[in-house]
Amino acid sequence: MVECQECHERPATLHFTQVINGNKTEVHVCEVCAKEKGYMSYPEDGYSLHNLLSGLFNFDSLKQESNSEGIFNQVKELQCPKCEMSYSQFKRVGKFGCAVCYETFADRLDPIFKRVHAGNTQHHGKIPKRQGGDLHKKKQISNYKTQLRHLIESEAFEDAAKIRDKIKALENDTGNSEAGDNS
Amino acid sequence: MTLQNFMNEAISPWMREEGPDNDIVLSSRIRLARNFANTTYPILADPNQLEEIRDFFKDNYEKKSFQEYKDFSFLPIQNLSAVERQVLVEKHLISPHLVKHADTAAALISENEQVSVMINEEDHIRIQFYLPGFQLNKALEKSFEFDDWLEEKINYAFDETRGYLTSCPTNVGTGMRASVMMHLPALTLTKQINRMIPAINQLGLVVRGIYGEGSEAVGNIYQISNQITLGKSEGDIVEDLQSVVEQLIDHERKARKQIMEQSSKRLEDRIYRSYGVLEYSRIIESKEAAKCLSDVRLGIDMGIITNVSKNILNELMILTQPGFLQQYASKTLNPDERDILRASLIRERLQLEK
Repeated sequence: MVECQECHERPATLHFTQVINGNKTEVHVCEVCAKEKGYMSYPEDGYSLHNLLSGLFNFDSLKQESNSEGIFNQVKELQCPKCEMSYSQFKRVGKFGCAVCYETFADRLDPIFKRVHAGNTQHHGKIPKRQGGDLHKKKQISNYKTQLRHLIESEAFEDAAKIRDKIKALENDTGNSEAGDNS
Repeated sequence: MTLQNFMNEAISPWMREEGPDNDIVLSSRIRLARNFANTTYPILADPNQLEEIRDFFKDNYEKKSFQEYKDFSFLPIQNLSAVERQVLVEKHLISPHLVKHADTAAALISENEQVSVMINEEDHIRIQFYLPGFQLNKALEKSFEFDDWLEEKINYAFDETRGYLTSCPTNVGTGMRASVMMHLPALTLTKQINRMIPAINQLGLVVRGIYGEGSEAVGNIYQISNQITLGKSEGDIVEDLQSVVEQLIDHERKARKQIMEQSSKRLEDRIYRSYGVLEYSRIIESKEAAKCLSDVRLGIDMGIITNVSKNILNELMILTQPGFLQQYASKTLNPDERDILRASLIRERLQLEK
């Protein structure tokens, strides 16, 4: 059994080849020394989803990474005006601090969502019943418009006209309710 | 307290109800993550902001009823004893995460324990809806109605393109996690499940042991849930999960039949041995208990054991967890004492059948 080259007490359980500036060195250490001497780092409580996520987020170019940590620290970092979470904090924790974070980091979110949600970036599900009042209408209108296109393509003009009227009715309705909100 | 009384209190009422396909699917659950639009999320919020949210739930929903879900109890976690907290976790009514944030967290639970709302968990609001057996669509429908009811008074963090804005990017969009608990002893025994899990994963679904991420399938119970929450509607996600579960049910039934045809004596022997262990052991660890309970439940489903009720697996899997054992004993127990009490509780429970 190979003994640990650091403590010479415990058996070495980690064996690897280190290459520094082209010089190869064989390293044989025990787990305790590996941890102490920084050969490897352990996450605090095992490998959690957090680590995995923050791993996923670290797709930014290394340049950006070194900018925020290096001498150019003064370069203003993206920070949420509401909860004050910074982008690097978000990447580390893997959680949003508030709803405004979504706007603050908007430009950088698509790649993250794509990775986590199999290429998807847009919501296609439930809309809040009360809050989403106008959204329901918008969604309905866009559904009708798709329908309308298909009907025109298949030259079903009578049905198309009916759908067109429905769209008009809905659009007028939206206009009214907006005017109502403003008054 | 007698065991009968204890059990009546300990087992959620809905768990005793019959559900579709409940020889294989133990329960269906829908979870929705929601947040207040204008309050910082629990991870960064001031405690007093979170207390405001907690008070809002107390003021507006305590003792209220929604449809057949009556008389909501409002439970600030900090008012509960350690054992009480553990019991709620073991019943899956609250999460370990909620317990960790006891200072500001609370739970709102309907009398029949089918609806539970966790307040100030990772998100401000986590709605959970349980139904017995395989009833995902009904659970989704009910949870939507309940969600609408809450939304009458709450402005949710919602965005047209991103959907429900959750604290974790893995929940954004629908904020929905749909899951089923399945008992798959035959697929496990024949090792078919190992081949099926990677295929299921490819469909954006996750298979886990009963205690969530990374846990092994204790007692051959698996939880299957959706991974993706963005880009698909809740209905489509549930439909995908539904079709995978249907296939698993089908395969499990086939595997059971196959085992019965090819090695019925072996199966019978295994089941009766486990039955014997449960009926006669004086010390039993939770893992062994889970294995034996799974075997006995399989024996019941296959008509080999006829004098024990089907519910035994569901009941005893819950009752023999550390929190419940300590509640039953009304004191804290060390692991050895728990193993002794577990064995005696199981023996007593089997006696009730006679």
